[in-house]
Amino acid sequence: MSKDIKIKKGLTINLKGEAEKTLSSAPRSRTFVLRPSDFHLITPKLVVREGGKVQAGETIFYSKSNELIKFASPVSGTLTKIERGAKRVIKEITIEADPQDSYKDFGVLSPEASSAEEIKTRLLQSGCWPFILQRPYAVIAGTEQEPRDIFISAHSTAPLANDYDFSLHGKEKELQAALTALSKLTTGQVHVGVGKSGSSPFKGLKDITLHNVSGPHPSGNVGTQINKLSPVNKGEIVWTIAPQDLVIIGELLLTGKFNAERIIALAGSEVKTPKYYRTRIGAEASTFLYDSGLKEENVRVVSGDVLTGKQISPKGHLGYYSNTVSVIPEGDDYEFFGWNKPVFNKISTSRALTFSWLTPNKKFDLDTNTNGEHRAFVVTGIYEEVFPLDMYPLQMLKACMVQDLDEMEALGMYEVAPEDFALTEFVCVSKQPHQQIIRNGLDLMYKEIG
Amino acid sequence: MGLKLKLHTLKEKYKGTKMAPAFNALHTFLYLPNETTHGGTHIKAADDLKRTMNTVILALVPCLLFGIFNAGYQHYAALDETLRLAPLANFLTMDNFIMGCWTVLPLVLVSYGVGLGIEFLFAIIKGHEVEEGYLVTGMLVPLIVPIDIPLWMLAVAVIFGVIIGKEVFGGTGMNILNPALTIRAFLFFAYPTWMSGDKVWVHGAVERQKEIMAGANIDAISGETILGSYAQNHNVVYDYWDMFWGFIPGSVGETSKLLILVGAFILIFTKIGSWRIIFSTLIGALTMGLIFNGIVDAGWIGESSKFYGLMNVPFWQHLIIGSILFGAVYMATDPVSASQTNKGKWIYGFLIGLISILIRVFNPAYPEGVFLAILLMNVFAPTIDHYVIQGNIKKRAKRLKVKTA
Repeated sequence: MSKDIKIKKGLTINLKGEAEKTLSSAPRSRTFVLRPSDFHLITPKLVVREGGKVQAGETIFYSKSNELIKFASPVSGTLTKIERGAKRVIKEITIEADPQDSYKDFGVLSPEASSAEEIKTRLLQSGCWPFILQRPYAVIAGTEQEPRDIFISAHSTAPLANDYDFSLHGKEKELQAALTALSKLTTGQVHVGVGKSGSSPFKGLKDITLHNVSGPHPSGNVGTQINKLSPVNKGEIVWTIAPQDLVIIGELLLTGKFNAERIIALAGSEVKTPKYYRTRIGAEASTFLYDSGLKEENVRVVSGDVLTGKQISPKGHLGYYSNTVSVIPEGDDYEFFGWNKPVFNKISTSRALTFSWLTPNKKFDLDTNTNGEHRAFVVTGIYEEVFPLDMYPLQMLKACMVQDLDEMEALGMYEVAPEDFALTEFVCVSKQPHQQIIRNGLDLMYKEIG
Repeated sequence: MGLKLKLHTLKEKYKGTKMAPAFNALHTFLYLPNETTHGGTHIKAADDLKRTMNTVILALVPCLLFGIFNAGYQHYAALDETLRLAPLANFLTMDNFIMGCWTVLPLVLVSYGVGLGIEFLFAIIKGHEVEEGYLVTGMLVPLIVPIDIPLWMLAVAVIFGVIIGKEVFGGTGMNILNPALTIRAFLFFAYPTWMSGDKVWVHGAVERQKEIMAGANIDAISGETILGSYAQNHNVVYDYWDMFWGFIPGSVGETSKLLILVGAFILIFTKIGSWRIIFSTLIGALTMGLIFNGIVDAGWIGESSKFYGLMNVPFWQHLIIGSILFGAVYMATDPVSASQTNKGKWIYGFLIGLISILIRVFNPAYPEGVFLAILLMNVFAPTIDHYVIQGNIKKRAKRLKVKTA
């Protein structure tokens, strides 16, 4: 029962510096870092002490609230440093890599022949479980409740995002193994959204329901696809998994190894030769940043895409879930009469002396300037233009701000993740932090209801 | 860039002090700030609130310029009726412009001076940035008051409107009522004898009246507006083209329907103003006009009735007399006090149009209801939104019910 998804509302942000479709191997990173802040609402309980040796796939820490959820080392080496912040919160766990990886062997598990319970146990043991996220709340999936459906978006529409058609090319075997395994974990279906025009490796795989997706960003967001296919109701749980994580899961099942390999898109207007790199979760960004070269010093390096990613320092490390690294210029400069003069070099959805509407296909070189100061919500109607989900974004944001749980629930809070509000945040005239507002709202709900 | 650096060092110096908001307000007026994104999206669209408000001001400038000329024109035309025979030739004259500047610019200065003064004061007291909302309000206010309003009245009204209409709710974005109309309403209810009648609309008419009262032997200046003539079943001396071009007495900026349409085009084209509200307001007004025409045609009301004059106005003429067009384009579209959902905007605008004409016809004391209608619907806008959103909520609840059943 395939259903095509076509959205009209949205905004595709064309930026300069799209990654060229060539793949290089990044030099091996000396250190690897796990940041517990990548795993929202997880309090880590460390298993390995400073100085301890780990193999790739060995558990480094588990979730304090659910011991079954384990987090594995992406590499074999020595745990050298645990950096703590205020109240002794663990901020970063640094692992110094061995010259050669040795993998913890979990054993081969045939997805066809195994039961749901076996698969689940294997995913939990091997540290693959954190790849599975759930809605509501947009957190790592709980281990008790069976999901209604599983959603995977293999269509990327975010600015400068990793093109899965390229980066997953040749991984059909691993993907199939992971999809077959996952299809046993749900009574519903495994929905995969792929770009309508494209040669997705998912086309032709079995045990899934394939959907052709077309339209502007955020049609590639899994949240948009869920909303259009089968929205999450109160009491239901759906899982979402990023396609590249499926490869890691597939490889684990087929070979018994936790191979944290990532093919990342290094993109952005400040990168000299934007292209794809083969690297690993948690690797030093400098290994590929300086291989490709940066045009300037004053840049923002983002682990992830420029709408939803996290800022890292050029000497920092790749985030756990990131498959794109974007480098854009910092905008920490003043602009003379920037608020009223005609603007040709920035994107805008209005036409208030802004002229990006004249050149819909032009690629822009945007910096990190906020282009204005933070204000209360004033303008209405602009969010709806870029928000394809069947709900009221402004009212949802306001409900979150005043912590009105009933209203949040009624308006559809169970269906959303912060990333769904990235575009509304981008176009916001009042420069409100939409994603943070939604995150806080989800956390409040999780605490009070979930 | 010497200036840029100097201002930057000053900004750092003032940071955290009481004066910081005042300084930043002036600084950001010159320079787009050097603020960068933190968390959330790393890039942002080009529009900010200053740009949005600036666009509305740009859309108002034609009306202001026309208002300046018209102030002079009405003054001289009242003294010399023959000027009206060729309005186009006698309109864009230097005399008109000078007389207009002399009367209109003080209104603008008082409105901005007093209003922004209060905004700065509140920003400093409450330690937040000076917000841009008043830039538009301050421009709207001189355009919706009679030309001969005493400046102290305007100042008092602005103080009331900004504090009670906006700041008590928390400033720009938090108000329930349109601040400009709150100021207008205050003037109307506090000084009704000034704000209505037929003297205050033309510069010099009030003074002349006083001289006559004192015994001077000169002709009175009549500054009756068209609505005033209709309401009193007088003959209207202006033709439709005068009304459309705007060579008529009225509040400063609302007379030229042509230039209001130009403003509407700017607002709709730039996507700053809601076309839904503008169109639905006009549709609402036409609907009510048609209903009244129908009543007159059906013979339910006789010529002797005091409502006859306005009821008998052909429905389409309601759009070119009074301030319904100005209200629809610049006032009803204020996003903060209007409905915030797209469906709600249709209902909101339609009801404004409907009630405007209803009040226009049935209120004998003050034959213009646009500002009252908009203020009334400002109050009801959240209710409209509530019911619109209920539709979405019910859909979600129904979906859940189907699943669990």
